[in-house]
Amino acid sequence: MKGIARSMLTTLSTFARKPVTRNYPDYHRPLPRTDRAFPLLLWDHEIDEPFCTGCHACERACPVECMTVLMKDNPNHKSVGGTSSRRKIIDKFWVDYARCMRCNICVEVCNFDAIAMNNTWTGHEMSVYDRKDLVVDLEQLLTQSRAKEIDEWVPIIGQTND
Amino acid sequence: MVTEPAYEFETQDILLNVGPQHPSTHGVFRMVLSVDGEVVRDLVPHIGYLHRGAEKLCETMDYRQGIGFMDRTEYLAAFNAELSYVMAVEALTDIEVPERAQWIRMILCELNRLSSHFMFMGAFGIDVGVFATPFIYAWIGREALIDLFEEVSGDRMMFAYFRPGGLAWDVPRNFKQRVNEALVVAEQGIKDFDTMLTENEIFVARTTGVGKISAAEAIDWGMSGPSIRASGVPLDVRRDEPYLMYDQVEWDVIVGENGDVYDRYYCRLLEMRESVKIIRQCLEKMPDTGPIMPEKMPRMLRTAPGEVYVRTEAPRGEYGVYLVSKGGNRPHRLKVRSACLANLQALRDMSVGQYVADAIVVLGSIDIVLSEVDR
Ligand code: SF4
Ligand code: SF4
Repeated sequence: MKGIARSMLTTLSTFARKPVTRNYPDYHRPLPRTDRAFPLLLWDHEIDEPFCTGCHACERACPVECMTVLMKDNPNHKSVGGTSSRRKIIDKFWVDYARCMRCNICVEVCNFDAIAMNNTWTGHEMSVYDRKDLVVDLEQLLTQSRAKEIDEWVPIIGQTND
Repeated sequence: MVTEPAYEFETQDILLNVGPQHPSTHGVFRMVLSVDGEVVRDLVPHIGYLHRGAEKLCETMDYRQGIGFMDRTEYLAAFNAELSYVMAVEALTDIEVPERAQWIRMILCELNRLSSHFMFMGAFGIDVGVFATPFIYAWIGREALIDLFEEVSGDRMMFAYFRPGGLAWDVPRNFKQRVNEALVVAEQGIKDFDTMLTENEIFVARTTGVGKISAAEAIDWGMSGPSIRASGVPLDVRRDEPYLMYDQVEWDVIVGENGDVYDRYYCRLLEMRESVKIIRQCLEKMPDTGPIMPEKMPRMLRTAPGEVYVRTEAPRGEYGVYLVSKGGNRPHRLKVRSACLANLQALRDMSVGQYVADAIVVLGSIDIVLSEVDR
């Protein structure tokens, strides 16, 4: 009987504690900067074009082969009177979020720091009715960075985290 | 114990199918019970519903790509699973892991053991019929730990944080403080479970003497982890073959006596306290700054030809990785030695002769993760 009384006392004592429940859809807990949702492409605000040159490095390194990259000659390159020093630039880019396993490898292999994991709630709340809607294209991948809606964090292997 | 009913005429056993989609089988596990009234006469486990071929997949991937798949073989203790894998790769490449990285790995693995045991406490509570209350209480401690994992690695369950050679990136600056905060919550959680279940007469009556397995039988089945220690076998890879920095910290191997369900529960509870002890010592000894990766790492990791078996103590027992390499950047063959698979073999011996309701409790007490059983 003593044990049961003690056990009831434990349960009762929790009434005096602060609630730990977070009312999720109403309250979005702040996410740490390291949070990884799905990969996004970053926007170079200085030159007004994506950082991505379409080099295929991420496509080759992806373990589940969920990316498709196509490159083109940059119409804004210096040699044709533009402002950019990127000779090649991304033409089409698809990521199948339904297959992505959020392993961060694409971010690590990119030499141009052009891709980052989405660390906002938008990246987590992605439910759709059709699987096909989870294949996102270049425009969708760039929107958030273009509007400066993510706190870009591109981890370099072995770097400090501050 | 079960008393044999006095039969007046011959009866027939009934086949009872439990699972694969059954809430008390902890995933997609199916067992076919042959029951005589309420008493289990035979039990045939069917596994393989969650087989994804992770080992075979890893053979087509380079060493870095394989890490993500290792997470998914053992989703409740992904740090421990990753650890075995990266240690196997390191053994074949002669990479020296910096000291600080080793301490951090050790802290994270022990924290992961805590969070995994919390999960056990909650799920086990439901199995024995203490419905929902322990499950939600377990979440308080586990949530604090998982939030910490997210701050460190970026993900809540599939961390992909260890790399051959060290860690993907450094821990946040306030890491020590955050670990201490999480430990305070976890300790409160352990205390709650202790006062709520350990001496609760109903719980004790429900679990004592159920699902007994002797030390000799447990060894024969190749069990490991808390499930075998509860039978009185002091088998702990951390103590027997210290890896990381386990030889520099003080802690006790928790050993049970009877090898019944209650002992398996109580061993895990005490083990959580030991984990807290280990983490506190790690925090003291861990250097504040320092490299977390060796200076020179090749862009594409290649191993020397050879084979290696690395085992570590995961929350559920010995998690081993057998890696055969013929040179090059991907494994020739990878085999995961899963603790759950071996522990699950003893299920029949433990459950035969018990009531049907007890078979569920026994299954809960060996704390299986089906993704680790099937891989
Ligand atoms: S994101 Fe980076 S790695 Fe991928 S194609 Fe663009 S530049 Fe290359
Ligand atoms: S996070 Fe991993 S799985 Fe997802 S796109 Fe990048 S490399 Fe592929």
